[in-house]
Amino acid sequence: MNHPVVSVKVYAAVFAALLALTITTVAVSKLELGEFNFIAAMTIAVIKGTLVVMFFMDVRRATSMTKLFVGAGLFWLAILLVFLLSDYLSRGWRPALHWL
Amino acid sequence: MADSETIVAPHPRELQHHFDDSAQQLESSTLGMWVFLVTEVMFFGGMFGGYTVYRDLYPAAFASTSHFMNVTIGAINTGVLICSSFTMVLAVRSAQLGQKKAIIAFLVLTLLLGCVFLTLKGVEYHEKWVEHHIPGPGFQYADARYAHQAQILFFLYFAMTGMHAIHMIVGVGLLTVLIVMAGRNRFSGAWYTPVEMIGLYWHFVDIIWIFLFPLLYLIGHTQ
Amino acid sequence: MSAILPFASTEARTNYLNVDYGWKSWLFTTDHKRIALLYLFSITAFFFVGGAFAVGMRLNLLTPEGLFSHDTYNKLFTMHGIIMVFFFLVPSIPATLGNFLVPLMIGARDLAFPRINLLSWYIYIAGGIIALTAIVRGGVDTGWTFYAPFSATYSNTHVILAALGIFVGGFSSILTGLNFIVTIHKMRAPGMTWGRLPLFIWGHYATSLIQVLGTPVIAITMVLLLLERVLHAGLFDPSVGGDPVLFQHLFWFYSHPAVYIMILPGMAVISELVTCFSRKAIFGYNFVAISSIAIAVLGFLVWGHHLFVAGQSMYASMAFSFLSFLVAVPSAIKVFNWTATMYKGSVSFETPMLYAFGFIGLFTIGGLTGLFLATMAIDVHVTDTYFVIAHFHYVMVGGMVMAYLGGIHFWFPKITGRMYPEGWAKFAALVVFAGFNLTFFPQFILGYQGMPRRYAHYPPEFQVLNVMSTAGASILAIGYLIPMIYLTWAWRKGPVAPQNPWNAKGLEWEQAPSPPPKYNFEHPPVVTEPAYNYSGEEQEVKSGG
Repeated sequence: MNHPVVSVKVYAAVFAALLALTITTVAVSKLELGEFNFIAAMTIAVIKGTLVVMFFMDVRRATSMTKLFVGAGLFWLAILLVFLLSDYLSRGWRPALHWL
Repeated sequence: MADSETIVAPHPRELQHHFDDSAQQLESSTLGMWVFLVTEVMFFGGMFGGYTVYRDLYPAAFASTSHFMNVTIGAINTGVLICSSFTMVLAVRSAQLGQKKAIIAFLVLTLLLGCVFLTLKGVEYHEKWVEHHIPGPGFQYADARYAHQAQILFFLYFAMTGMHAIHMIVGVGLLTVLIVMAGRNRFSGAWYTPVEMIGLYWHFVDIIWIFLFPLLYLIGHTQ
Repeated sequence: MSAILPFASTEARTNYLNVDYGWKSWLFTTDHKRIALLYLFSITAFFFVGGAFAVGMRLNLLTPEGLFSHDTYNKLFTMHGIIMVFFFLVPSIPATLGNFLVPLMIGARDLAFPRINLLSWYIYIAGGIIALTAIVRGGVDTGWTFYAPFSATYSNTHVILAALGIFVGGFSSILTGLNFIVTIHKMRAPGMTWGRLPLFIWGHYATSLIQVLGTPVIAITMVLLLLERVLHAGLFDPSVGGDPVLFQHLFWFYSHPAVYIMILPGMAVISELVTCFSRKAIFGYNFVAISSIAIAVLGFLVWGHHLFVAGQSMYASMAFSFLSFLVAVPSAIKVFNWTATMYKGSVSFETPMLYAFGFIGLFTIGGLTGLFLATMAIDVHVTDTYFVIAHFHYVMVGGMVMAYLGGIHFWFPKITGRMYPEGWAKFAALVVFAGFNLTFFPQFILGYQGMPRRYAHYPPEFQVLNVMSTAGASILAIGYLIPMIYLTWAWRKGPVAPQNPWNAKGLEWEQAPSPPPKYNFEHPPVVTEPAYNYSGEEQEVKSGG
């Protein structure tokens, strides 16, 4: 918390990167890439989110406890989404594994 | 952690009685805000879960409705929020440096950008109203094959963006309070905790939008 | 070394109770101890409201053809569930004993955010009033589980009010959890390392993690339900392509961990009681502490066991079943550790320990029957029967409520500065135990024999067991009323208590007077010994030191 003040240049660089990534994601979305559209969009979103968390929210220089809580929040979101989807995605499996 | 046996020196005005020292108070506030943000992640997470399930169940309806998403407004709004995060972080930096005029300037900019976002959102919602795409008794969808499913998808669209907008409105309110406090000289290099905490909140709301934008506006066009 | 002051006159000394008078000093307090009492009175009131519905239910079930119509009975069990789960069980121990004791046990002057603590009580009251409004305006009949599409589309009752009440009340839980997490991390006294924390604190820390991570999901679920009720967009309506199972997933993602929010504080109390009344340090401190965290984490991975017959995929069900078996392990570890603590300890049978014994036995039965339910093949037969009802009442009432009563009695002298009458208290504990078992054991048999839950009328062959259950319920009710009377009496007129009547270890006993002053400690504590250092004291006595 008593960290040295970050220079405006660093913030400006992150800001520019975020804008550039936004333009990129809109451009990519216009291309016909099938499933890859989703992967590309999500990857870019994750990069943008990480930049905001690390630089604007200063998690880069935060205590281990803060990092742990950020990680835990994301992990719990993953639990919700993964387990939820696991039901829907595995409903179609029965016929294939009827020998079980 | 403070040594409890030292004589308590005259303490800063902002130090509350149950804390040993300012460092403990700041660390507590920061941890508290992060715990709160974790709760917000889970709060939005439920809706992201619902969205994912219905996108998986109804890909064709999803593709159909995606043509009605206003990508232009969405993209501009994304840019607006990113700008507002930039001005917010500069406001916190100004507070660190004790630059009163700069704090107020950047907070006001952030607030204005937030209002621009909400205005554009209002324009977008109005568009949806005109097209009868707001779920409820007035809902109508041109492609009869997907009418029911489209209503569900639009419901999720409004729930997610609406909840986000409510958080923006709260943020605008908090920024107003900060501007008043800054105007009254409450912040200095030694204490600017509320600016930092509300900054964290503001960035979080930006991050939610960073994910909402591609999921709701960009994906599904080319399916 | 425990510091037992001679019978000190509390009247002469200023404490948190008499430092300020008047309603403003209570309604605008930020003292965690006063807020704990505000919660205590409101939670007790809600307990009796929920209990009143239970009385109605048990009276109805005396005869096969019942007393009430189906619609009325649906409302009775729904309101019983909503009030008991959301407005009694979830807040109970954390908001009362937790609020009072967490700062004391770690050596702090208050919680990290005292004003947020007060706000959490006001939010709780607001949510409760909204829920009571739903009751007064005619009730809700969906079951406390609010399954769609009945709740979202077809029910004619006050679903919106009830859902809103739960949504609002949930924020009270989130704020309490947030407060505890930050407090435990940041405000421990010098020398109070994580490894020296009382297990009560570990248990409340784990509970707080669940509150913070799980409650937001029920909040958004209630919002979606509310919106669906108003707009009828079809989110959970299968006739237009909505998925009712999605509702169940979102609902149980919180509501299963919620049961660990309810039981972990109970276990936390039991750890304190067992060690004090065995005069022995807890066996396997690290295991008990880690088990609390393990229950909190694993508890989030098992919610699908409520959806075994709902249409969930078989493979997801298998995974959830396996994980449900796993989550029983840390609970079992705790039971073993409590037992091992008593082994070769110097066990005495004061009222709190009676409740602790009751907890250990009844929670074990309840927990084991949970394993039956986690087994898919068995669950297919007993799901939605009285077997399930008996299971969760054994853990919640036989477990949690007994722990709550044990904790109230144990810390009563600390909170009030008075002692309760031990004879009446022991009697009431035995009445509660007997009444509880007579009420709920027959329900295991009823469920196994096939009596469905939430039915107003039943086939005549189930009547005998139902009559036994209702008889038990009346005994249980008396068992709950007796402490209401003597605890109220003892607060005013009971014998003045010394600082540490139990000779227990712990900062709240050894370093804070009974009742404590507003900022808890006359001198800021410094911790130099491990938790539950009973044997250290014995060695000092032996060596004459």
